[in-house]
Amino acid sequence: MRVLAALSRPALVFLLALTLLSAATSADEKRVSVYSSVATYALPVIDRAGHEYVGLLELLEPLGRVSAEKSGSRWKLRYNAIDSEFVPGRARARIGGRDYDLPLPFLFDNSRGLVPVSSLSTLLPRFLGAPVNFRESARRLFIGDVAIQSSILLDPGAPPRLVLNFTAPVNPTISTEPGKLRMLFRRDPVVPPGGQSISFDNKVITQVGYSESNGAAELDVSANAALMATFSNGGRTITVAAVQPSAAVGTAPSPPTFPGGPVPQNPTGPPPAGQITAASSGDTSHRVLAVVDPAHGGDERGSALTATLAEKDVTLGFARLLRHELEQRGFSVVLLRDADLNLTLDQRAGAANAARAGIYISLHAASQGTGARVYTALLPVEGRSNGTFHAWNGAQARALPVSRTVAAAVVSEMQKRQLPARGSSASLRPLNNVLMPALAVELAPGPNGISDLPSANYQQQAAAAIADAVAPFRDRMGVQP
Amino acid sequence: MIPRSLVIAVAAMLVVVVAMGTYVRRMRRQAGTLQSAADLQPVAPPPSGPTETVTLYIADDAAGTLRAQSAQIPLPGGRQQRAEELLRALLRIYQQPDAGHPLAPAADIRSIYLVAPGAAVIDLNTAFADQHRSGVLDEQLTVNSLVETLAVNVPGVTRVRILVEGNERETLAGHADLTDFFDASTIAQATH
Repeated sequence: MRVLAALSRPALVFLLALTLLSAATSADEKRVSVYSSVATYALPVIDRAGHEYVGLLELLEPLGRVSAEKSGSRWKLRYNAIDSEFVPGRARARIGGRDYDLPLPFLFDNSRGLVPVSSLSTLLPRFLGAPVNFRESARRLFIGDVAIQSSILLDPGAPPRLVLNFTAPVNPTISTEPGKLRMLFRRDPVVPPGGQSISFDNKVITQVGYSESNGAAELDVSANAALMATFSNGGRTITVAAVQPSAAVGTAPSPPTFPGGPVPQNPTGPPPAGQITAASSGDTSHRVLAVVDPAHGGDERGSALTATLAEKDVTLGFARLLRHELEQRGFSVVLLRDADLNLTLDQRAGAANAARAGIYISLHAASQGTGARVYTALLPVEGRSNGTFHAWNGAQARALPVSRTVAAAVVSEMQKRQLPARGSSASLRPLNNVLMPALAVELAPGPNGISDLPSANYQQQAAAAIADAVAPFRDRMGVQP
Repeated sequence: MIPRSLVIAVAAMLVVVVAMGTYVRRMRRQAGTLQSAADLQPVAPPPSGPTETVTLYIADDAAGTLRAQSAQIPLPGGRQQRAEELLRALLRIYQQPDAGHPLAPAADIRSIYLVAPGAAVIDLNTAFADQHRSGVLDEQLTVNSLVETLAVNVPGVTRVRILVEGNERETLAGHADLTDFFDASTIAQATH
């Protein structure tokens, strides 16, 4: 019999290696980060003849209804009600019936329409009908009033503490090295706190520096002692403090790390240099970890929703939107894959169990039916657990009542939003294998048919419903046995 | 007087006609023999036995549920043959052109094994799984329909395992887990 205890460690080690490798690879890629009230996402930058380009269809897709087709020598793109035409090799385009000059020629490459990155600040307003703020040197694009402002205060007490307040919850990746604590904001539209650098007349915490590059912002705190960061105020406040010498001894075992975001832990001491980590306040503002699992990936494409649309791609986009929605409601969120990766079902369950997540949400998509289906595990409630060991295929048994309650809430929330939804049970792994409350959501076509499935608006509606339904159960999502 | 050459020509033509008729007759016989050999390919025997009223649990994609439907089908006496005939009757419904839960025309039940205590193993053919539509709901409805129909109509069946071409398969078509037995009472609770 396979037992969780036997499987979780090797599965975790493998997954960590896999995810850290993918994180390292993706960190080297050039990208543009886009922040909007609808979605936050990043796109790869493509170098052509020494210039930077980005896919226009991919850029607009999460923001509204978009379609594109090649018609003779022209590439036609329709965004909401705005038609545009581009000709490969030419720098003049027609958008909404008016000519527009690109700084560099439009390219058509591998069935993708590419526009110069340097054109985004003037090109996008033609489609969106509103100005955008493109920080070109850092490749960070702000659409609408989404910027997160910050204020920084130094409390010179003993030990001194640096308090960073943000206007919205943030979820940076935090790492440390001797004399420095680094907060990397990949998904948060954080803007500079006044100047690029603030110095303090303090012997311990000496400086805070702001920089931004390659689609991310970074705050570096310099000090003459080891530092530790804690979250509070629903993710709106990060407190950085020097570690007391006694607290740095006998630290807890290292928590699992993920490329998609931090895993909460009790801040018992400074993390090893270079380790990706984060901390929660551990008391009044405990941030529950939600593991979001975009089903399929890599060679495993899932359902063929249309001739060109694979389930694995829809689930990934849907998962990114759900991550954003959950983070807005105070969850820490880990995506089990944030790229087109192969992961086995056992690896997915092992990662969720090892992270001691508060809830596990698997995402699927189907071409049949309408609305959404919400599933919980199909297994007897009694389960087959024995003491601290859990049968692998019955690990979900103890959490199943809570899973069903949360699933019913998700169905109810979707119905409130006029999204047809139904709850059911399914023999769908890895639901059976996870210890915490777990559910799967299968997104089906909306009122406009199958074209709704990849639509960011439609996915956003479903993601918001899930997040609204899950949020009230945070108190019942403690650390699992 | 009839010229001698004409008599010889007519006689020769008669011989040719008789010879050709004999040849054609032999060829027809050979063709009949080959057709008989082809007819010896294995086919499912027609169901025999008294007609019984059974309850089939039919998947409805639009409603996302199973609906019970009574049907009168001839059932053989043996439990195993009875179980196979039940599921083939179910399959015929799904293979109709206007089926509410279509399955591939080539989909078939290879065999059903009833093993003590209370366990049944359904062996599907490859086409059943390979040509099944992929999706959580689609696949789960198929599983529920097979298990529920079997459990209700074959007394004593409480657990059902599904194999494909005699082998374990991880999922039916990418979603429904086939690596373990299905508990009939759990599926009954989930579907009603």
